[in-house]
Amino acid sequence: MYTKDGEKYFIVDAHVALWDARPENQRNIHGKQFIDCFYDYHRNLSPEEEVWPYEDYLYQGSERLMHDLFEIGYVDHAIFQPAHLGEFYNNGFGQTEEAFQLAKANPDRLTYNHHWDPRNGEAGLEQLRADAEAYGLKGVKLYTAEWHGESRGWKFDDPWAHRYLEVCQELGITNIHVHKGPTIRPLDRDAFDVADIDHIATDFPELNFVIEHVGLPRLEDFCWIATQEPNVHGGLAVAMPFIHTRPRYFAQILGELIYWIGEDRIQFSSDYAIWTPKWLIERFVDFQIPEDMTEYAPLTTDQKKKILGLNAARMYDIPVPAELDILPAPETLVGPRQPEAADLGATAGV
Amino acid sequence: MARSAATVAEGTRSDTPGPRSREEQVYAALGSVVDPELDEPVTDLGFVRSVAVRGVLVEVHLRLPTSFCSPNFAYLMASDAKDALVALPWTDRVVVELDDHHDSDLINAGLAADAGYRGTFRHEAEESLDQLRETFRIKAHTAAMERCLTGLLRARPDLAEESLGEVTLGDLPDDEHTAALLRRRTAVGLPARAEARVLVDHRGRPPADVPLALRRARSTRISIDGNAHFCRGLLATRYGEEPAFIPLTTLTKENR
Repeated sequence: MYTKDGEKYFIVDAHVALWDARPENQRNIHGKQFIDCFYDYHRNLSPEEEVWPYEDYLYQGSERLMHDLFEIGYVDHAIFQPAHLGEFYNNGFGQTEEAFQLAKANPDRLTYNHHWDPRNGEAGLEQLRADAEAYGLKGVKLYTAEWHGESRGWKFDDPWAHRYLEVCQELGITNIHVHKGPTIRPLDRDAFDVADIDHIATDFPELNFVIEHVGLPRLEDFCWIATQEPNVHGGLAVAMPFIHTRPRYFAQILGELIYWIGEDRIQFSSDYAIWTPKWLIERFVDFQIPEDMTEYAPLTTDQKKKILGLNAARMYDIPVPAELDILPAPETLVGPRQPEAADLGATAGV
Repeated sequence: MARSAATVAEGTRSDTPGPRSREEQVYAALGSVVDPELDEPVTDLGFVRSVAVRGVLVEVHLRLPTSFCSPNFAYLMASDAKDALVALPWTDRVVVELDDHHDSDLINAGLAADAGYRGTFRHEAEESLDQLRETFRIKAHTAAMERCLTGLLRARPDLAEESLGEVTLGDLPDDEHTAALLRRRTAVGLPARAEARVLVDHRGRPPADVPLALRRARSTRISIDGNAHFCRGLLATRYGEEPAFIPLTTLTKENR
């Protein structure tokens, strides 16, 4: 819970990780390259006083995570979105057992999402069923640039991905978080393209698809897909810290999102431990669209409350104290949601 | 692999007399290589780490903001750089290497062997990178168009958004945004006539819904601008103290 100027904000951090990138867990040079890339993200986009030493960044452990999120970070509930990266780290990047045990010990504060990979075929489907039961899964995090033997990525138009989604639907794993990564086969086309989400969102209307990083670096493609599908949402991981380094760009991202997908389908996340939630939440509550950006309406307090927690809480059935809840906005299910609906049918192909 | 750009440049300073040193010619040739995603020359982005010229031999090292930048874009820039240098009349042996990337070994071996895109990426390549280039040429045109039209809207508040569909190239001011739009139009094969409409897709078709088309174009422009900023920032964070390569002769002239 965060309180400012008499307003109370229920906070859900919809994308956190408990990783281990220490040298003894690095399987090869790519393990080091990967965490170094994250660390550069962290150093580049954090306020100076929030930058961690490299050693702290390699591994946090349960205790520090609980401290950073819940003791000082205002977070009411956080959702693990692990990246496996089995080709880069001996015991994986996301620490499954440690994160799951932590969630088990703190069920009112933590939700554990797991992952699957369509290239694991039948055996992976069996594993998914076992994992669903063991972890009580409500959601999964899927990283399309995961390396897997000779393959360095997969897409949702893979028939196996379809089968895995069918099993998710059957098992009630309704929240599918998607992170589009850069390496994919074939390399002929843009790997970050989110067009394949369009098809699965239509094919699986009962599932929620949360596109992490709001499609960045393809914000425009994400907005266009998401505006046409009622079950595509945007996760603000990685977009959030621009609030510090480039507030005008952050204003544009938010302005575009609210126009194209509306205020009920945007989820806050710190992407812990890339960044920590405390400063992001404080700044977001204080944030406003600059006055000269007349193409966007000012952000309302209700919109901020929804983005910071209520939207994700609704998706995950996380109990919210009645006095803090707000009803969804009366928005159309598809088409630009705000400031006014538009007939997309008339402009198809533009 | 790491080398100091300043040292390399100094070693070749007195190499070739003439109107432009060979080093400057190399740098100018590299200036024609564009990051398709960001629509900016690799020289402006700081991606040129070092240039070494010894007679007819040229060795260039490139660098990118992260180890995990998309390998197809990385390859495109590196192979375009090699093509541009081979095209210089005096070069005999050209080495272009990409440093510190997860695919450095693969890409550098492919470049050294002139293996081409398919030969370099083997089973990960299907046909060519033409479609990838085309996708980003179209995005670059869309963004350039939006910059011009939004500029016009800000300069002329009386102008209704709905009327932007009627704006022609001749209505635009003679400024850098218009010049950039004309270049992008040429790149996608659109005419540069004064009476040609500005708000069109890459095939010259006007939109049915003008405000919506402008909104879509705006999201493309915001995305490209944001990525360019992020990439520059990450590159600066990653390489910190180590400056990008700039020919010493250029530096000297600028200092005068």
